[in-house]
Amino acid sequence: MKRRFPLLLVFFFGLLGIIPYFVPHGGYQDFDNALRNDFIRILSAFAIILGLVSLLRVHQDKIKRKRENWQYSYVLIIGFVVSGAIGLFGGIEGELFLPTKIAGFQFDIQTLYLNIIVPLGATMFALLAFFMASASYRAFRARSLESSLLLSAAFIIMIGVLPLADSISSHLPSFAQWIMDIPNVAAKRGITFGIALGGIATSLKIILGIERSWLGGKE
Amino acid sequence: MIYILFSGIFALAPPTGVKAYDTPNDRGDAITVEWLLSPDDNMIEGYEIYRSEKGKEYELVGFIGAGRTTYEDQTETGTEYTYKVAALYDSERSYSEPSPVARSEPQWFDKESVNLLIGVIVFCLIILYFIDQARRGKRLQIRKISGLDAVDEAVGRATEMGRPILYSMGIGLVDYIATIASFNILGEIAKKTGQYETPLIVPTSNPVVYTVAREIVKESYSTIGRPDLFDTDKVYFVTDSQFAYAAAVDGVMLREKPAANFFIGYFKAESLIMAETGASTGAIQIAGTDQITQLPFFVTACDFTLIGEELYAASAYISKEPLLLGAIKGEDLGKIVILSVLVVASLVGLLTKFPVLNIFR
Repeated sequence: MKRRFPLLLVFFFGLLGIIPYFVPHGGYQDFDNALRNDFIRILSAFAIILGLVSLLRVHQDKIKRKRENWQYSYVLIIGFVVSGAIGLFGGIEGELFLPTKIAGFQFDIQTLYLNIIVPLGATMFALLAFFMASASYRAFRARSLESSLLLSAAFIIMIGVLPLADSISSHLPSFAQWIMDIPNVAAKRGITFGIALGGIATSLKIILGIERSWLGGKE
Repeated sequence: MIYILFSGIFALAPPTGVKAYDTPNDRGDAITVEWLLSPDDNMIEGYEIYRSEKGKEYELVGFIGAGRTTYEDQTETGTEYTYKVAALYDSERSYSEPSPVARSEPQWFDKESVNLLIGVIVFCLIILYFIDQARRGKRLQIRKISGLDAVDEAVGRATEMGRPILYSMGIGLVDYIATIASFNILGEIAKKTGQYETPLIVPTSNPVVYTVAREIVKESYSTIGRPDLFDTDKVYFVTDSQFAYAAAVDGVMLREKPAANFFIGYFKAESLIMAETGASTGAIQIAGTDQITQLPFFVTACDFTLIGEELYAASAYISKEPLLLGAIKGEDLGKIVILSVLVVASLVGLLTKFPVLNIFR
């Protein structure tokens, strides 16, 4: 029963999930929206508590066992407690009772988010440029026929989009565009077909209870 | 003077033949209004759509540019309306005759989706046929997927080196099909790592995904008879912030030095950040996603990449479960059918280009 009940639930809700694609009736669509949005939101609220407990436990353990770079765990825990207190008692923009502005220094959640989280995220994103350069270097080394083709295609496209391309050959920009529009799109569509069919097959396997790896395997 | 003379002799022609009807295949909150173009369509600014509810005054509900002949109006379900369409030129309006009464009603079946429904049913029947064949004991062969053959090698390598294995599911939510496929693979990999007692680290980016992942790893260890191996601190929630998650996973790779990294699920721009960092640690890397834009990054930075549907086939391939292999066989046949239709349709399309073969038009 321990495994049959989740399987029955999956079968029932799986079928409920398919129906709205074919039933446009407002009543059913509203029910489906409530299921997808409200129900999942309520479930997520409970899961967030579990998630946060997990996060704190991992870092508490790290401090206790003095694992590598354990000091940073204090930063996380202090940040967690402080931002939690500010958010709960100070509000998003300082509209609650906790003061979030002292001597011109503002520290409400919105300000903290815009001035700490957003720049930190942008910093990580900026690193992508360097990773791209190192990955490109590795990919474009002409060691095999495939990588040589990749290198040639990349070279043509990079040159083709430059203003300089027209002066080299009037056909170069259109050839670069052809590579993007025809072979590139053809490959993408092929993958998309596979993904769509694979998605249906996976859903079917799960709804029918054939795929049970998510339950930890067969009974 | 010219304007007065012009407006004196110019009478703006209204649109004609206005009809309104319940918009088909919708939730019951729209009426479609159609009309024939005003003879002065080439000079007017556009058409104003007026609506009257149960004989009340007409009110303006929309405007649409010249040359257009339909308008979809959002309405109350079951209420009766009549419509007028006015051709608009400068501030002059020429009103059509009112349309017959129309009422929006909800539909229980979307007739435009019949072909989709048939396609899905046929595809499902093909899959069920092969599953049935597998159930009857027929041996099914599926093509080799080197990325999945490398899973054993990756786990073995980690065991020999005494290092953990990292499994990242990306930043997808629990209802993303890539995340669901990743759950299936996680179950199989957890069983393999459990057999060799190799630690499996699973940092997650969503609390719901974390909860499910934790249960999967726990159940997988129980299935192989080693529930004691489950360590709550190895499967944990990090953050739902995309780049903070990437930074955290990078940190794990640099500190714990996993012998194998799995990036399987839904990834965006963080894919390359994580895969390149993993490559720099010398770990064997296996990736899989259905995000086409991220595939080139994984192909470049990882040793093996599961492309598109290989991600969904992975669980069956690793477990060698006959019923699951049957589903993959059905999936492949479905692809052959679609490919054949595409080839035939392309040929027919090409043949219509030749005047001799007008029969195909």
